[in-house]
Amino acid sequence: MAKLKIIVSATSLFCTRIEWALKLKGLEYELTVEDWDKGKSELLLKSNPAHKKVPVLLDDGVAIAESKVILEYIDEKWKGGDLYPLLPQDPYERAQARFWAQFADDKCVFGTWGACCAVDALEKEKAVENALESFAYLEKQIEGKKFFAGDKIGYLDLVAGWIPHWLGVMEETGGIKILDAERFPSLHEWAQNFIKIPLIKECVPPRDFLVNYSIALLSYLRSSALNKP
Amino acid sequence: MADEVTLLDFWPSMYGMRCRAALAEKGVEYEFKEEDLTSDKSELLLQMNPVHKKIPVLIHNGNPVCESLIIVEYIDETWSHKAPLLPSDPYERAQARFWADFVDKKVYDLGRKLWMRKGEEQDAAKKEFIECLKIVKSELGDKAFFGGKKFGFLDIAIIGLNCWFYTYETCGNFSIQAECPKLVAWGKRCMEKESLAKTLPDPRKLCAFILECKKAMGIE
Repeated sequence: MAKLKIIVSATSLFCTRIEWALKLKGLEYELTVEDWDKGKSELLLKSNPAHKKVPVLLDDGVAIAESKVILEYIDEKWKGGDLYPLLPQDPYERAQARFWAQFADDKCVFGTWGACCAVDALEKEKAVENALESFAYLEKQIEGKKFFAGDKIGYLDLVAGWIPHWLGVMEETGGIKILDAERFPSLHEWAQNFIKIPLIKECVPPRDFLVNYSIALLSYLRSSALNKP
Repeated sequence: MADEVTLLDFWPSMYGMRCRAALAEKGVEYEFKEEDLTSDKSELLLQMNPVHKKIPVLIHNGNPVCESLIIVEYIDETWSHKAPLLPSDPYERAQARFWADFVDKKVYDLGRKLWMRKGEEQDAAKKEFIECLKIVKSELGDKAFFGGKKFGFLDIAIIGLNCWFYTYETCGNFSIQAECPKLVAWGKRCMEKESLAKTLPDPRKLCAFILECKKAMGIE
């Protein structure tokens, strides 16, 4: 049995970044996939009682939760020698990577998802505008670089790594357009380069699976919103 | 070259307090530049944190670092020769970061509702706030500090909240001492440290200020 296990859901963009990190470190792991139809598993509730969310990394049974915390744990536990570094060494560059990772999650992921879920036309327009503003910041960060971490991928690339695969699905099912090649040429190019990397590509869930899930989830959320008193 | 360290901050800010506490622990000399958040944001703040336009911002030799927990880690990594804030074990580091993030995600927002709202909304916030405090308190266990024998990263993440306890109790009409005596004892233990007592605001002064703000905002 593998010492490393990740409790994941089949679709969550927060989970795949953990797989990417472990693969970069050359570590073997097992996935235990939550079946949301059956409700949250005992293992998940026991491993992450505070939030009850995926992903959770189990390292020899010991649980670590919150995806960015897990990434730093992986980077700090398996470091040195030939092991692939995720975060830069310099404290200022580390602070920058952490800042933009937090920004990318708080503003870009949730900004995009908010725009997808919005039903009211005006609300949707405003949400898309906000999301575009956030993506403009990311565009500036990647300008002139192949990857956020430089010549090779690193922590911020993994955190922003949902963009090449999940964003397209959100755009299609949410009826929005965010990553325009003309508007964000550097980000668009980064996305193409990132998803081409074999260990990145092999971990992403199949697109049509994500599309079906997204359609079902959006439909549920929209009808809940409409049925609210 | 001598280090030039400036902290853009606002004295009642819990987030700012984290940075002050970290700098005090490390014995770093710095310039405290007050941003009065009750009036317009300064050019310096807008220049140093154009993305969020918020305090605290640490400016180290002209380079800005934003977001309080990121600033604290930066301080720990830059002035690494003294008073380590994060433990050395990767798992314990992960736990410290996880709980600091928990406090940010769950506790601070509830605290805001406690002093800004009233009636049912305030009552609901109070209930959830106490539940969250109890979860956080259980992380303390029988240790003197969240960091173990010594004051550390997670203590720094929560110490600002401790300064606000009196304000929450006054606005919410309840006793945190009665609900979470261990946490209150922890707070007192922290404030016995001279570096913190000199750096962090007096809880009563804070409360008086918040009550003035409430009046100015038209909140009863």
